[in-house]
Amino acid sequence: MDALKHSLQEMVDLKRGMISRKLFSDPDLYQLEQEKIFARNWLFVGHESLIPSPGDFFTSYMGEESVILARDKAGKIHVMLNSCRHRGTRVCRYDQGNTAAFYCSYHGWSYDTAGRLIGVPHYQEGYEGQLDRSRWGLIEVAQLANYKGSIWATWDASAPSFLDYLGGMKFYLDLALDSSDGGEGGSEVIGGIQKWIVASNWKFGAENFCVDHYHNPSHRSVDLAAIGPSGKGRRDIEGMRIIDVTFPGLGHGACARISGGDLAVFANYPPVAHYFKRAYAERQRHHGDRPAIWGGPGTIFPNASLQGFQPRTIALWHPRGPLQTEIWRFYLVDREAPEEVKNILRRYFVRYAGPSGMTEQDDMENWRTATEATRGVIASRYPFNYQLGFGRQLPSDPLIPGVVVMQDLSAPSEGAQRGFYARWLQLMNNGD
Amino acid sequence: MPSIPTKAIDIDLLKEVEQFLFHEAELLDERRFDDWLELLTDDVQYVMPISRSVSAAARGSEITHAGREVCWFDDDKTTLAQRVRQINTGEHWAEEPASRVCRLITNVQISAPSASEVTARDRFLIYQNRLETDQTFFVGRRESLLRRVDERRLQIARRTIWLSQSVLLAQNLSIFF
Repeated sequence: MDALKHSLQEMVDLKRGMISRKLFSDPDLYQLEQEKIFARNWLFVGHESLIPSPGDFFTSYMGEESVILARDKAGKIHVMLNSCRHRGTRVCRYDQGNTAAFYCSYHGWSYDTAGRLIGVPHYQEGYEGQLDRSRWGLIEVAQLANYKGSIWATWDASAPSFLDYLGGMKFYLDLALDSSDGGEGGSEVIGGIQKWIVASNWKFGAENFCVDHYHNPSHRSVDLAAIGPSGKGRRDIEGMRIIDVTFPGLGHGACARISGGDLAVFANYPPVAHYFKRAYAERQRHHGDRPAIWGGPGTIFPNASLQGFQPRTIALWHPRGPLQTEIWRFYLVDREAPEEVKNILRRYFVRYAGPSGMTEQDDMENWRTATEATRGVIASRYPFNYQLGFGRQLPSDPLIPGVVVMQDLSAPSEGAQRGFYARWLQLMNNGD
Repeated sequence: MPSIPTKAIDIDLLKEVEQFLFHEAELLDERRFDDWLELLTDDVQYVMPISRSVSAAARGSEITHAGREVCWFDDDKTTLAQRVRQINTGEHWAEEPASRVCRLITNVQISAPSASEVTARDRFLIYQNRLETDQTFFVGRRESLLRRVDERRLQIARRTIWLSQSVLLAQNLSIFF
């Protein structure tokens, strides 16, 4: 194990800002990640708006493993491994729906929506009544958190509480989950989850959101096409201060966009511009006279990424082997927003993000080709460079939590990415 | 029992619609995107919903509802023109260098013709090859509402595309359908 520890330290050399390409291609490291990271950390599973009524379910993933997010008959939310205790077959074969029970298609064991084993064919004659059904329910996560409607879970009973796990990152998650007027958790997931497969290591997506402002020029084509809702660039950032932060020891990274003076967003869509103007005035009443702060990209370690405003979304990077990722995107809107506003926002979001999104298409191309470059014998002798903004010390910002690593787009930093890999290294080495 | 209305088909109209759809596919294969935009009405709706795996009892929720749920595409003429503009910059890396795309359009059926409109349903098989060895097959069906702009010309007023996939087995949807 010491040898592994030594080689991990060498591969993630944060003192010199270098990370081995093997992190993105090595099958043994990948397997270790499943155990040390995905089986232990808090992972995003879904949102309660996907399962509003008793009996509703939504199937999701925690790492590579299929899980069921279900609301039982009494209204309680559960997250359970989607695997029959008898031979492992999926007990739920659907993406979503409503049911009284989950029924295994193989030998017919059935479970209620709370995961209790309720039906065993030939129970009396076959098991002679000896099978203790109470011990063979679906495997439930060790801890579950419903944070403002977003559902998170971990398989580790000894993991810290979700709020401790988040730390200061809570502020940025709130920017995505609270309603635009500052109301607590007034968001909902829009129906229809985008899911797609990319030949990329899962960490390329996670680190891009954590927070890579350096890749901005890769999106020049979409800026030139001017898909932004005010007719300029790809989103409304004019006149905003853009700040990136890291959370040492937690691995999260985030970005805040702080409006200066006039609030000019969605200028080409008067109903939406009006909606945000009113929401902002309301938020001022809640939070006092501070500038408007909008959520930018961020990653909650390890694989849940956020954007709080344009677009407003949660992305998941589900690992599918070292060289493949299944990406999921949930899109969020204010639950109480008028239909007209929701419609404009939804259309803008999917034009921006996802595999049909004009911005994200180019990211996928770059993550895939970066992944390709991690396999060669010669190439993998040369580490990646993570030295951008190395050693830069910046004052904290009184408006937002986190250690500031970038306060101006002209001087981007990989400080939050270094924080992500520092946490990765710590967990792979068994440290907490 | 549903009848198959072979007798009622206007063969001349069917031929016209087929030729229109084949011509459109050719424009796209040849990357004449600005010419393709000319085939769309100014109020065109271009939609590709997402498919979900649901139980037989819940078939109604299999396809996301454009207009209130998330789709792969939910575009109008302005945003389709933005997509064309992006490709034309030569820096849209998902399409630079350009994909080699070949569209097969088949099983064309027409229905509900009026003096000004006709609905066309078809199946597609689209092959996309990129860079060295990347390849993707897109298979599905489409419905197009075609509007007659003059005696010799049709335009697309609405297109709905149903891809026969739930999890998209492609890195990107950087082509037109």
